[in-house]
Amino acid sequence: MNAPAITTAANTGKTSAAEGHFDLAAALKDAAKTALITLGLSIPILSYKTNQSGADLFLNPRWGLVAIICAIVFGLRLVLHAFTATRAYRKSLPSPHQATEAVHAEPSAYQKASRFGIPFFLGIALTFPILIYLIQGGLNESRYWVDLGILILTYVMLGWGLNIVVGLAGLLDLGYVAFYAVGAYSYALLSTTFGLSFWICLPLAGILAALWGMILGFPVLRLRGDYLAIVTLAFGEIVRLVLINWTDLTNGGAGISSIPRATFFGLPFTAGEGGFASTFGLEFNGMHRMIFLYYLILALALLTNFVTMRLRKLPVGRAWEALREDEIACRSLGINTTNTKLTAFAIGAMFGGFAGSFFAVRQGFVSPESFNFLESAIILAIVVMGGMGSQIGVAIAAIVLVGGPEILRNLNFLQSVFGTGFDPNEYRLLLFGIGMVAMMVWRPRGLISEREPSVILKERKAISGSLVKEGHG
Amino acid sequence: MEIFVQQLINGLTLGSIYGLIAIGYTMVFGIIGMVNFAHGDVFMLSAFIALIFFLILTTWLGISSIVLALFIVLIIAMILTSLWGWAIERIAYRPLRGSFRLAPLISAIGVSIFLSNFVQVAQGARNKPTPPMVGDVIVLFQGASGYNVALSYKQIIIMVVTAVLLTVFWYLVQKTSLGRAQRACEQDRKMAALLGINVDRTISLTFVIGAALAAVAGTMYLLYYGVVSFNDGFVPGVKAFTAAVLGGIGSLPGAVIGGLIIGLIETFWSAYFSIEYKDVAAFSILAIVLIFMPSGILGRPEVEKV
Repeated sequence: MNAPAITTAANTGKTSAAEGHFDLAAALKDAAKTALITLGLSIPILSYKTNQSGADLFLNPRWGLVAIICAIVFGLRLVLHAFTATRAYRKSLPSPHQATEAVHAEPSAYQKASRFGIPFFLGIALTFPILIYLIQGGLNESRYWVDLGILILTYVMLGWGLNIVVGLAGLLDLGYVAFYAVGAYSYALLSTTFGLSFWICLPLAGILAALWGMILGFPVLRLRGDYLAIVTLAFGEIVRLVLINWTDLTNGGAGISSIPRATFFGLPFTAGEGGFASTFGLEFNGMHRMIFLYYLILALALLTNFVTMRLRKLPVGRAWEALREDEIACRSLGINTTNTKLTAFAIGAMFGGFAGSFFAVRQGFVSPESFNFLESAIILAIVVMGGMGSQIGVAIAAIVLVGGPEILRNLNFLQSVFGTGFDPNEYRLLLFGIGMVAMMVWRPRGLISEREPSVILKERKAISGSLVKEGHG
Repeated sequence: MEIFVQQLINGLTLGSIYGLIAIGYTMVFGIIGMVNFAHGDVFMLSAFIALIFFLILTTWLGISSIVLALFIVLIIAMILTSLWGWAIERIAYRPLRGSFRLAPLISAIGVSIFLSNFVQVAQGARNKPTPPMVGDVIVLFQGASGYNVALSYKQIIIMVVTAVLLTVFWYLVQKTSLGRAQRACEQDRKMAALLGINVDRTISLTFVIGAALAAVAGTMYLLYYGVVSFNDGFVPGVKAFTAAVLGGIGSLPGAVIGGLIIGLIETFWSAYFSIEYKDVAAFSILAIVLIFMPSGILGRPEVEKV
């Protein structure tokens, strides 16, 4: 609800900039206007809550909430005015550094950060279960955190997979979750019907997902950006609806349960003789499997990253990035755009398939409800907020967007502020939505908008994201 | 035969609702070339606004005449939803003009997620049933096998309201200066600005009109189904977009024709094939039309300028 306050600032911010000083009266007037609009927007959707008793609906007025929100909007708007006015004033002063703005001289903040940040993150990721074990003081106590780590890494992997399609090739895919579903159901069906092990099914799931990526991708690749997005959305929904309704194969909405678990290269994680624990002389603990799953998804995610980074340097990867920047220029330079798009689709889908089969083996249960449009939207939000095309950005976005609400839930003081029963997860998607809009308005290149050049001639130069313009392909 | 006539009536009713939503898509696409992904959720929001005002009017203010209540609800829902439409354009789309091509679409997806979850948080996740509003039916003719073909008052109201509003709207776009400004912006925004048309205002008004028509659709949807929930925006939204594409995106009569066709296909599919796959049918039509007939029935073929 704060969004109106922030963005309507564009006009008035400019006028106060021209004057160069902060006009309190005008700012107050504008803030009041914004608050009034907020009031209009919150009638009646916020001011009356519909509650149900039996078959009848009745209304509960909540004008207090509306008043609070309008006051917040008023205050934020005022602060924003003050902020833009001060910034405009500071900009109007002659800057001592103006002439010496160097683009190439020093490694940028991003490069510095990535030099130390990437090994740091990697180190944390690799030692995460051990760190948690030490902090929590026991295997069973660390279950929650390892589980959260697995969840985050799944989204990191999905984000990296989608990043190939959206970030590198510039094709907006709103149905990515379809390939995730194909991967999950491939493993679920192959293992329950034919008894194939996870290690055979994993590559098969990837191949099947890639195949579906090609099948779905082939007819739609002639379409331009937003049509492509809508058609992929339609395909994603068709896959989900077929999974729900084709009960003979998929058991419908009830899903497939008791999917065999992964083994440690043939050693099952069971208590008895011949299990993982007894072979290595350890005391049996269910957490062994969790930690194994953690490293499995970490390895899969790193594989995704490694392959992507390598592909970016190959001709096909360079063609992807060229395609993203300008499709017409690409075509006129003799790049086969259909093949280029198709490889991006297929490779992105393949990693989605890997992640899907991991999802199935972790849950031991798959149902169509795990693969709805919101899941696609969350993965897309991760890619968009990470800065389309930036690998580390996607990882950070996944940690913040997936881990953030979980951590907020455990902060007890929030409950004392917002009352008991406050669950940040309810507001998660709300914030995702606002975040996606805010991102497009303020930083369309993502939080990390610096682009590492894929190929370097002689010396490394920093390219600001703002210098690279997305084309109209 | 009786089933056919009955499904024809049902299909036309559903189709009018889709057509009203589709106009919002087609106008916005025509004028700024973006798919307003959030339009379906604006429709859902308007149904909630209508529901709450209907409850206020009937239970608190004690208006017993359903037709009067519906009329007032329709007007209020149109006004408040227009405000939402205006605010969304102002916040999420206007700052993105001149940004890269996918930016408005991503922003629209953000708005769509925001709206459906905003309604979920504000109003709860459960389905909201309304008290039955108009229950009477007219039996048109009785079939031999005892199957009656019925036309309910609800369906009459929906079709009449749709027809009247479309006429008003048609007049607005074809005959008034606002409509001329809008068509001018559609053809060439830069030139329109040079000739003294306030482009920003015209685009805002386009969103306002789209939202108002979505509010009509929302109210009619509530009247027809008598139940609404926070995620009811997505599927009707995609179907209405399909209708807009089928009719030829950018073309107003096309949107209405497309809406009616989609409504008819959906009801006949449900009646004669399988009700489970009716959404699959609609989504498949979307994909097929976009792939094989991207300019639709009445649309102009798109010329890509370099």
